Amino acid sequence: MPEITRDEVAHLATLARIDLDDAELDHLAPQLSVILESVASIAGAAGDDVPATSHPLPLTNVFRDDVVVPGLTAEQALSGAPAQEQQRFAVPRILGDEQ
Amino acid sequence: MTRETAAAMAAALADGTTTSVALTQAHLDRIAAVDGAVHAFLHVDAEGALAAAARSDERRAEGAVASPLDGVPIAVKDVLATEGLPTTCGSRILEGWIPPYDATVVTRLRAAGLPILGKTNMDEFAMGSSTEHSAYGPTHNPWDLDRIPGGSGGGSAAAVAAFEAPLALGTDTGGSIRQPGAVTGTVGVKPTYGGVSRYGLVAMANSLDQVGPVTRTVLDSALLHELIGGHDPRDSTSVDAPLPDLVGAARRGAEGDMSGVRIGVITELGGDGWQPGVMARFQESLDLLVAAGAEVVEVSCPSFVHALATYYLIMPCEASSNLAKFDAMRYGLRVLPEGVDSPSAEDVMRATRDAGFGDEVKRRIILGTYALSSGYYDAYYGKAQKVRTLIQRDFDAAFGKVDVLVSPTAPTTAFRLGEKLDDPLAMYLNDLATIPANLAGVPGISVPSGLADEDGLPAGFQVLAPALADDRLYRVGAALEAGLTEKWGGPLLAQAPDLSGES
Repeated sequence: MPEITRDEVAHLATLARIDLDDAELDHLAPQLSVILESVASIAGAAGDDVPATSHPLPLTNVFRDDVVVPGLTAEQALSGAPAQEQQRFAVPRILGDEQ
Repeated sequence: MTRETAAAMAAALADGTTTSVALTQAHLDRIAAVDGAVHAFLHVDAEGALAAAARSDERRAEGAVASPLDGVPIAVKDVLATEGLPTTCGSRILEGWIPPYDATVVTRLRAAGLPILGKTNMDEFAMGSSTEHSAYGPTHNPWDLDRIPGGSGGGSAAAVAAFEAPLALGTDTGGSIRQPGAVTGTVGVKPTYGGVSRYGLVAMANSLDQVGPVTRTVLDSALLHELIGGHDPRDSTSVDAPLPDLVGAARRGAEGDMSGVRIGVITELGGDGWQPGVMARFQESLDLLVAAGAEVVEVSCPSFVHALATYYLIMPCEASSNLAKFDAMRYGLRVLPEGVDSPSAEDVMRATRDAGFGDEVKRRIILGTYALSSGYYDAYYGKAQKVRTLIQRDFDAAFGKVDVLVSPTAPTTAFRLGEKLDDPLAMYLNDLATIPANLAGVPGISVPSGLADEDGLPAGFQVLAPALADDRLYRVGAALEAGLTEKWGGPLLAQAPDLSGES
């Protein structure tokens, strides 16, 4: 039976870039195990010969003529930015200590 | 005036008995009177709605009406981008964000002349079945304010049920239009996947999400569906084909003749474990359709028993990648971690996502991250995609035998606020009957079937049709609605509490 340990949840939170505190980890880990247990039933539901479906309706790629259409202005694009400088998004330092 | 159908409001505008400004003001007054108790709206745009209404009245005076619903106001779920109006998705992470663009469906509403009353409450990023996962507090069911209005689109359904808006837009990923419709006694339609543009819809699960109408009658849904539907080059999954005649199908259905229509009852969706009052109303509806001439058979869709599990793998996987864009860099919340000197972008991202996302969103992101991680991908996501194929095959086989499939929309009537909030599995079961349609991309409608005997609360009747045959929903839905309305001696919502003592 699949089970997610508290340590695994902490690792997944790191992968998902969410700081979870101890109380949240304690709360989430058992809930996720219950959910995983309930979805485990699909393990034997489909044989290997069944193709996977990623999309509800068949799709083919579509092309359009390369015509210039108006997009957002720089001002509009920056209108929701937490911080901006010289018509750019201002972000915290990108490199970590280890780099 | 607010109790009329949207079609009747449009007729009153056309014959000059009312104006769009008067109609819009009446709804704003109703919102002011009851929304303190219902909390269907996260944002009300009185000024913008009245200005749009005034322009509509000017157009009409000049004989240049923009659409059949020109001047009829509408509410929009807060997951759809609206230029100049806040769009939060029910999340702290987007608190105060004002999009610089409109979703295509919103562009179409504006072009068609519908004043936008405001933005409706929802479970955060559309994750939930009760609207309790909204960061801004739950919406209350107008039938009983202590109960959930369904979700995720509880705000849109409650607004329409409480006569705060004649029309609303919702979105349906696993039932978020249809289940709220069922528990509030309103009509909700999930169109064929690709039938309505998703451009400007903040995605939860791209392969499942669909925008659709939330209304009080089947005809009103058809009118709204025709306005918002059709091909959009800005959505690569948009179907490039004309919509069927939906309004015509609704009018034809309302005449009540169902002869020649083959209806399949889905064996797997109903019976033991389903609320007896919900099943009784379902059977009664079915009997009415038979009396109207429909032929009813039972159809088994054996893979549907795996639909919930399949959905709760595919959806979190897609959601976890979609929500990765909330990184505190370009828009939305930015939170600096406490006690960290010169935090890195990654530190800021982690702190922001912790502060900005609620419990259910975190649960689904972690679950999706797990199911997509190396070593688990094949066992979970890969397997779920195969079962998705089986569910589609069940639909194909069933639609080889019948024109439409039917079931109750949800297993129970509205439960009490707080009852299932911290029990994710119990919450997920609400979507049992609605999820298969999203996995297969087929359209579905929920029509009120009456009040359950044990609690006097509304239940819903679901109709599913083959992809691109959305007109069948309207024909069968309208026939059922006509039969039931006659039996009840008026619309179901006439039996709902008045909420304010005024009408």
